[in-house]
Amino acid sequence: MVADPVPLQAAAELFPNGISRYAVGGLFVGLGAAVIYVGTGISAGASTFLESTLSFVSGQSRFHQYAASRDWRLVFTLGIVLGAAVYAVIYQDGAWTTDVSWWRLLLGGVFVGIGTRVGKGCTSGHGVCGVGSASKTSIAGVLAFLVTAIVTAQVVAALGVTP
Amino acid sequence: MAASGDRHPLFVPLVLVGGLVFGFGLGYSHMARPEVVLNFLQFEDFGLLFVMFGGAAVTGVAFFVAPRLLDRAPLTGDRFERRLKSFDRNVLVGGGIFGVGWGLSGICPGAAYASLGIGNVTILWALAGMFLGAYLQGWWRSRATDGVDPAPTGAD
Repeated sequence: MVADPVPLQAAAELFPNGISRYAVGGLFVGLGAAVIYVGTGISAGASTFLESTLSFVSGQSRFHQYAASRDWRLVFTLGIVLGAAVYAVIYQDGAWTTDVSWWRLLLGGVFVGIGTRVGKGCTSGHGVCGVGSASKTSIAGVLAFLVTAIVTAQVVAALGVTP
Repeated sequence: MAASGDRHPLFVPLVLVGGLVFGFGLGYSHMARPEVVLNFLQFEDFGLLFVMFGGAAVTGVAFFVAPRLLDRAPLTGDRFERRLKSFDRNVLVGGGIFGVGWGLSGICPGAAYASLGIGNVTILWALAGMFLGAYLQGWWRSRATDGVDPAPTGAD
């Protein structure tokens, strides 16, 4: 038996599921944003949907500044749901549900909802479109959320909360 | 941005197609599964880096090429601009709060919508939380700034 070269062994430990699913998926994510950008000039993100949709049910001025874009944001979000459903139909054995506890999802969602609005973007707005624009603001935003997310996840795991 | 009334007939279909491709990618990359994100954040699988930077590489090409090939975006007549937002303390504070939520739940907005698409009804907890958080933030900011400076922070 010839052992794999050391760099390959190290890579296998860092990427237990390989990299193709991530790389191919990432290319599709970028392609979706690129299609919208080339056609419309809009750099799409997923989080403003939260505020623009709230303008349907709330009179707060904060939400109504996005009222003009709320219809296409609904379409974009519907597309995301349907696109993932297409993936599921082709590659997934029936519906998949998470084991992460409901309170982690709810509480994490509240922090995500506040943070993305204060911080002007999320993983798609800052992470994909902003970094793609080489925006220093977005790179700073990504570093900020990566660092606190890593610390939080490590602390939660160290406290023995699973899943 | 074009007003709703005089939009190009292909505007909405194109946004739908873009969303479809975007959501398919989130499904394919497994990022729509909170467990996969949490594994990444706990240094058990670094594959997720390829999702963000793979995506950014593709948008980077589009941001570079589109303004050089086209004068204006065909469906809106808008100029192509980079996604640039002003930097201030909020970017770091908001990013930090976002990170706490991301690390706690493994879920971010786009991936949460996609998660619903792969049949994960449990994710409705996260979606409810996000709307609640965005509402709290908007309510608070409306109170703090009404009549002062309702400057839009732009689209993202």
